[in-house]
Amino acid sequence: MSGGYLTIRNLSAVLRDTGERVLRSVDIDLQPGTIRGLVGESGAGKSMIGKAVLGVLPKALKVVEGEILIDGQDLLKLKDADRRRLIGASTALIPQDPLTALNPSHRIGPQITNRLVDILGWTRRAAEVRALEVLEEVQIADAARVMRQYPHELSGGMRQRILIASAFAAEPKLIIADEPTTALDVTVQKQILKLISNLQARHGTALLFVTHDLGVVAKICDSLSVLYGGKVVEDTDVASFFNGPHHAYGRALLAATPRHTDPDASLLPVPDDVIAAVRAELGEADRQWVRHD
Amino acid sequence: MLDGRGAVKRRAGARLWLSGLWLAIVALAAVFAPLIAPHDPLMQDLLYGRLPPFWMAGAEPGYLLGTDSLGRDVLSRLIHGARIALIVALVAGIGTCLIGSTLGLIAGYYRGWADRIISRLVDIWMAFPPILFAILLIAVIGTGLTSVIVAIVVIDWTRFCRVVRAETLNQSQMDYVHSARIAGFTRMKTMLSEILPNVLPTIVALLSLEMGIAVIVEAILSFVNLSISTDQPTWGGMIAEGRLSIHQAWWVLVFPLITLFLTVLSFAQFGEGLKDRFDPVLR
Amino acid sequence: MTDALYRIEGLRVEVADQTRKPLFGAAPRLRILDDISFSIERRSVLGIVGGSGSGKTTLGRTLVRLVEPTAGTLIFDGQDVTQLSDDAMRPLRQRIQLIFQDPMSALNPRLTIGRIIAAPLRAKTSDPRVAAALDNVGLPRGFAGRYPHELSGGQRQRVGIARAIALRPDFIVADEIVSGLDVSSQAQVLTLLANLVKDLGLTLAFISHDLSVIRRLCDRVIVLQKGKIVEDQPVADLFTSPSHEYTRQLLNSIPEPDPSQRW
Repeated sequence: MSGGYLTIRNLSAVLRDTGERVLRSVDIDLQPGTIRGLVGESGAGKSMIGKAVLGVLPKALKVVEGEILIDGQDLLKLKDADRRRLIGASTALIPQDPLTALNPSHRIGPQITNRLVDILGWTRRAAEVRALEVLEEVQIADAARVMRQYPHELSGGMRQRILIASAFAAEPKLIIADEPTTALDVTVQKQILKLISNLQARHGTALLFVTHDLGVVAKICDSLSVLYGGKVVEDTDVASFFNGPHHAYGRALLAATPRHTDPDASLLPVPDDVIAAVRAELGEADRQWVRHD
Repeated sequence: MLDGRGAVKRRAGARLWLSGLWLAIVALAAVFAPLIAPHDPLMQDLLYGRLPPFWMAGAEPGYLLGTDSLGRDVLSRLIHGARIALIVALVAGIGTCLIGSTLGLIAGYYRGWADRIISRLVDIWMAFPPILFAILLIAVIGTGLTSVIVAIVVIDWTRFCRVVRAETLNQSQMDYVHSARIAGFTRMKTMLSEILPNVLPTIVALLSLEMGIAVIVEAILSFVNLSISTDQPTWGGMIAEGRLSIHQAWWVLVFPLITLFLTVLSFAQFGEGLKDRFDPVLR
Repeated sequence: MTDALYRIEGLRVEVADQTRKPLFGAAPRLRILDDISFSIERRSVLGIVGGSGSGKTTLGRTLVRLVEPTAGTLIFDGQDVTQLSDDAMRPLRQRIQLIFQDPMSALNPRLTIGRIIAAPLRAKTSDPRVAAALDNVGLPRGFAGRYPHELSGGQRQRVGIARAIALRPDFIVADEIVSGLDVSSQAQVLTLLANLVKDLGLTLAFISHDLSVIRRLCDRVIVLQKGKIVEDQPVADLFTSPSHEYTRQLLNSIPEPDPSQRW
């Protein structure tokens, strides 16, 4: 295998109660300095992969097999404290909802600097200088004033910029973005996405971008993994996907995505037989899973 | 987060059944008190004073839980005490529920001046310390069962009113309430058919909780001798009397305390259990 | 202006800003919609587009008279409905329907699907119109006995549509009805809606923040920004020659599934 910065191999997870599979032998390879889109509809397990990497899977889920390698170290084999240290130093999250991701009772400044000081052991002075720097990087004018403000004084777009600044503050090697623009207006979404991909390119970060929107993938991702029912049904680079997906489900998903530039193209719902075919594949994957369990 | 369907299931069964079982026992005891109580709860027999419960040395057969300092049978007094407790729980609970919920629904759904008046009233009401308020009230209207019930209703309707109002406000923002308005239903009909069913589980849980609180308030008032006349056995009265002889006969205090505790706990648990049961989403 | 079903003139909507209400006296007024005038042709689909805070949802709710206008006139099918009381409005209610954005909040969780659809009809769940409505939106009739939480998002949204069309209304406001759905259900619901408009001869106001789903469905589009109409054009012209800067921005910001132009 090529040594990506993040490599997920054969990762399976089940619901503790019912044993129902939520992730099915997922393989993902993320090269340094690239953006990989994780695409799927609700329930496809795309967010769960990000959560598994960060070690924040819901209690009801259990990883039953596989490896999550960051820089060659398997997270699932590390002790809790070691794993947290590795994640804390190397990885950051850009969350989905800018309204709940910032604590309303703290000022912006400490919310960016605390992580640097408490977890990475920076001095407070250095952390504050760095915070000002990244806030300017995400084009927040008057960063010094913003650092003294409370979240409710800022717009949704501003808050998302702050979360992005906060994610890039510690120069992480890996960032996981979990539908970071779903809650925003399209015009703001475009600015935010441009910002993310600029920063990512400048810092050479590896970025895992969880989204349901193929349009967004086309604009900023280098490669993508299409998920259905917890299984990666297509893993390819962006150009070849949009030239013609290999998998029937990928094709159907693309056909269901609206294109305003083409007035005659009608939206095609994902056909039932495609769904049936993917489901059958999942059944096959499950049988294999049972065999080598 | 898990997607609620099927993934999160609350086990309401055990606590619903256990608390229901205890409440059924208390209710049966109350209804059939004269038939099942082994002794007359008022009969004093100083020769049999402070008999210990059956498992201790010196116990007398026929006096399962012992006797108090006047020789009255503790078990019989507990059984008869259940009558007062349940009457207070039912009448006071339902009274507070009806008054509080109605005002809460009106304030929460109709808003405007009705809400302003009701909410101010609740604010002012809640500023009084409740037990002091009850004692004052009873001092004015006199002791007795009716007074206790009136006192509880007068004090506690605010609890229903506030919770039901908040829940109704919540429900009023839901689109299905708007949808009923668009369909042309009157405000009254919308309130009763769209909002009330969704507030009902909360009301049921509160009602059950309130019944437990009523039992406690009655016990407190009995304890300070403001409830029912002293010749009627009440749990609160028994606790007050038992306190005096705690070193010689602990059982006179402990058994009514346990009964009171179990009953109040059961009311609260029963309410929560019913609430879950009522909810089609969790069912 | 040949055959307008609904005409809106000089509409203004203000609400009291409770967050800045002084201890005594009235709360300051917040202007949500200002000087809105447009009309909707019979059997046409009007798109109402805008970002968050543009007032598009308030506009939709004013059209179905859930929100009281502060000023202006609403003329539905030749009748001035601006000041109609609840009682006077009632006969018109079933001609004007709204489909809500969040299908979970729009369906009473304690009622079965059958009762949800039957309630506005003032009918029993066995009423043939309930079954017909389910047929119309492509849901199995057996769904009448289920509860909303047992359905997927797309299915719930179809129930919302079924409830609205069961009354055989003339006019429907659809408020962001596909924004919470996956693309595949989105495509299904949009296709369904387009067919129903054609088959039942409906007039539709389709509210969306997303211009990309508007093109196929709408005949005419108005764009709202901060409570004002900044653009009112036939749909094809809007996409080819938008007249307002904000419309151009909106068009420019749509992420087309086309990797040849990267951001």
